[in-house]
Amino acid sequence: MKRASFSNLWMPVLLLLPQVSIIFVFFYWPAFEALKSSFYLQDPFGFSGTFVGLDNYFTLFQNAEYLRISLFTLVFTVCVTFFSLALGLLFAVKADKVIRGASTYKTLLMWVYAVAPPVAGILGVSLFYQGHGLITQLFAFFGHEFVIGVNYYDTGFALIAVSIWKQVPINFIFFLSGLQSVPRSIREAAMIDNRSSSRRFWTITFPLLAPTAFFLLITNITYAMFDTFGVIDVMLRSEPGNNPMTLTYKVYVDGFRGGDLGGSSAQSVILMILVLALTIFQFRLIERRIHYT
Amino acid sequence: MSLRKLLAAGLAATMFSTTAFAETNITWWHAMGGQLGETVNKIASDFNASQDDYKITPVFKGTYEEALTAGIASFRAGEHPNILQVFDAGAATVIGAKGATIPVEDLLNENGVNFDINDYIAGVRYFYADADGKMIGMPFNSSTPIMYFNEEALEKAGVSAPKTWEEFAETTAPALKEAGYIPMTQSHLPWIFTENFFSRHNLQFATNNNGYDEGVAEININTPEIKAHFTALKEWKDAGLFEWYGTGWGDNQKPFEEGKVAVWLGSSGSFGGLKEKVDFKFSATLLPYWEGVTKEPTQTFIGGASLFAMAGKSAEENKATAEFFQYLTSPEVQYMWHKETGYVPVTEAAYELAKKDGYYEESPAAEVGIQQLQLPAGEWTKGYRMGFYVQIRDVMNREYGRILTGETSVEDAFATIEKESNALLARFAKTQG
Repeated sequence: MKRASFSNLWMPVLLLLPQVSIIFVFFYWPAFEALKSSFYLQDPFGFSGTFVGLDNYFTLFQNAEYLRISLFTLVFTVCVTFFSLALGLLFAVKADKVIRGASTYKTLLMWVYAVAPPVAGILGVSLFYQGHGLITQLFAFFGHEFVIGVNYYDTGFALIAVSIWKQVPINFIFFLSGLQSVPRSIREAAMIDNRSSSRRFWTITFPLLAPTAFFLLITNITYAMFDTFGVIDVMLRSEPGNNPMTLTYKVYVDGFRGGDLGGSSAQSVILMILVLALTIFQFRLIERRIHYT
Repeated sequence: MSLRKLLAAGLAATMFSTTAFAETNITWWHAMGGQLGETVNKIASDFNASQDDYKITPVFKGTYEEALTAGIASFRAGEHPNILQVFDAGAATVIGAKGATIPVEDLLNENGVNFDINDYIAGVRYFYADADGKMIGMPFNSSTPIMYFNEEALEKAGVSAPKTWEEFAETTAPALKEAGYIPMTQSHLPWIFTENFFSRHNLQFATNNNGYDEGVAEININTPEIKAHFTALKEWKDAGLFEWYGTGWGDNQKPFEEGKVAVWLGSSGSFGGLKEKVDFKFSATLLPYWEGVTKEPTQTFIGGASLFAMAGKSAEENKATAEFFQYLTSPEVQYMWHKETGYVPVTEAAYELAKKDGYYEESPAAEVGIQQLQLPAGEWTKGYRMGFYVQIRDVMNREYGRILTGETSVEDAFATIEKESNALLARFAKTQG
C-alpha cells in the first residue's frame, strides 16, 4: 500500500493546529495548572501562598473522611455501572423480542436519556422526600423508616438509584443496536443446536455483544465517577453534612465551597491519574482480548 | 444637510446624552433569594430613584457559598463587582485577603461620609472588624439565632417558653411530648448549637483572642460544656424530646410550620417568612442557656452576612459605593429592611425609629433578635475569626450528624472535629504566608 505523505512539514502542522490548540487550552493547560497548584497552599484570592511539596497529598491520605469517600465512590461506581448495564441489557433483550408496538416500548425506555442530571436530581428529591416521597412511603409500607439526609445508607441508596435510572437508557440504546446487528443466520443456526434460549443467549449472543458491553463498561465507569455530579449536588441540596459523596463532588466541596485550592487540586490530580489508569487498562489489557466483528 | 453637519449634530447629541446621564454604575452581588431578594431589589431601586448620580444593579448569585465562590473567581479574573455580600463563615477568607477589599471604615472616611462605629448596635460592631477594631465589612443582613414557639402548642401543654435548657429538659419538653408534639427542632447545628453556644455562655471559642489576633489559632471545641450539650441533645433525641431532620435548613423548619413541632430554633431573619407561611399563633424568645454553665448569660454572635467593597475600582465607583452604604444604613432604610425581612436593624438610630413607630408593640417577636444582641457583652462575645471556616462547619455538620444517628460517640466526634479543624486552621495559616 502506498503511504500518503506531505511534501513539507507546515501543511500537516497547520491542519493539526485547531485540534491541538483545543486540547491544549481545555486539557493540557488546566491539567498543568492543577498539578502546579497541588504543590501549594494558596489564598483563594491569589494574593499569597506557600510551597508545601507533597503535603496536600499526604493530608488527603491521612484524612479518614477522604478514605470513607473513596470507599463510597468505589461502591457507588460498581453499583451504578453493574445495575445500569444489567438493566439496559435486560430491557434491550426484552424489547428486541417485542413485535407489536415495538417503537412505543423503545421510545418509553429511551426518553429518560434526554433528562438533564440536575432535573433527574430534582425528581429524585421528590421521590425520596422525607416522609412524603413516593418511594419513602413504599419503604414505610415495608416497615423501614427511610430518611434521606439523615441516614447515611438511605442517602447513598437514593443517590445510587437515581444515577442508575439516569444511565439505563443509553445502555439500552447501545445494547439494542448491538443485538440488532447480530446476524439472523447465526441465531437460527443456534436455535437448531440448542432449545434453551438462555443458553443460546449466554453462549452465542452475549459474546457477540462483548465489544458493545466493553465500550459501555468504560463509559459507565466514567459516568458514575464524573457525570453524576449534577444528581449528587441537587439531591444533597448543596449541604454535604453527614452524607455520602463521590470523589468528584469532594473536589468541588473543598475547592469551590471551601476555598482550599491546593487540597482540591491534589484531589483532581489523583482523579486524573485514575482516569489515565482506566484508559491504559482499556487499551492495553482488554481491547486485545475482544474481537470486534 | 451636509454630511459634515449631520455628523457634528450626531456627535453633539451623543455628548449631550452622556453628560445628561453621567451616572456612575456599580454592581452588587448578593445571595438573597425569594422574598429577601425582592426587598434587596427594592432598596436598590429606591436608592437609584433617590438621586441622579449613581446607579446600583443588584445581581442574585445563588447561595452564600456560591456568591462567595463567584466573587473570588471574578476577582481573580478582574471582573468583580463593586460590592460583594459575604456570609459570616466566609468573613475570615475575605478579611484575610488584604488587598481584595477596601475596609468599609476607610471607604466611608475617604469619601466624606461620617462614620462612627458606635452608631452600630453593640452585637454587630466588631464581628466584621479586624483585631484593632477597624470595621472591614459593612454589616448588612444581621440575624441571630432565637427560639420560636407555637403558642397553641405551649398552651395545650400548659407550659411557657423555657428560659434555660434545664427547664426545657425537665418541664417543657416532656409536657409538649405528652401533648402530642415533637418538642423541638433546630436548623443549623454549627451556628446555633456551637458558635452561639460559646457566645451565649461567654466561653472562649478559639485561642489567639477567638482567632482575631495574628498567628495560628486553635479551636476550643473539645471542651466539657459543649460536649455535655451534645450528650444532652442525643439523649433528648432518643427520648423523643428533640428531632433532627438532617443538615438542610428547611427540612427542620418545615415540621414547625406544619404544626408538628412546638419549638424551633432558627434565625431572627426567618421572622418575615414565617409570618407569611404559618397560620397558627407563634412568638419568639431568647435562646435558652444552661444554668449549670453560667448564671449570667451573654449576648450572641450575629449571623447573616456583610457587604464588602471590593478593591481595584475607580475613585468615582468607590464614591458611589460609599454613598450607597450611607443610604443603606440610614434609619429609614434599615427600618424598612428590618420590618420586611426580620433581620435586625444594624444601627441604634434605626432601632430607636422602630421603637418609636410602635412596631414592637404590634409584633413583639420581631424585637427578640435585637434584644438578644443587646444583652450584656462578655469577653468572648464580639465574634470569632477562623480561616477555612466553611470547611470547619462542614466537619461539624458531618460529625454532629454521626452523633445524632448513633454512628459515633460524643467523645470521638469532638476529638475528630478538634483534630480536623486545627489541621484546617494550620493549612489556612499557610495560605496567608
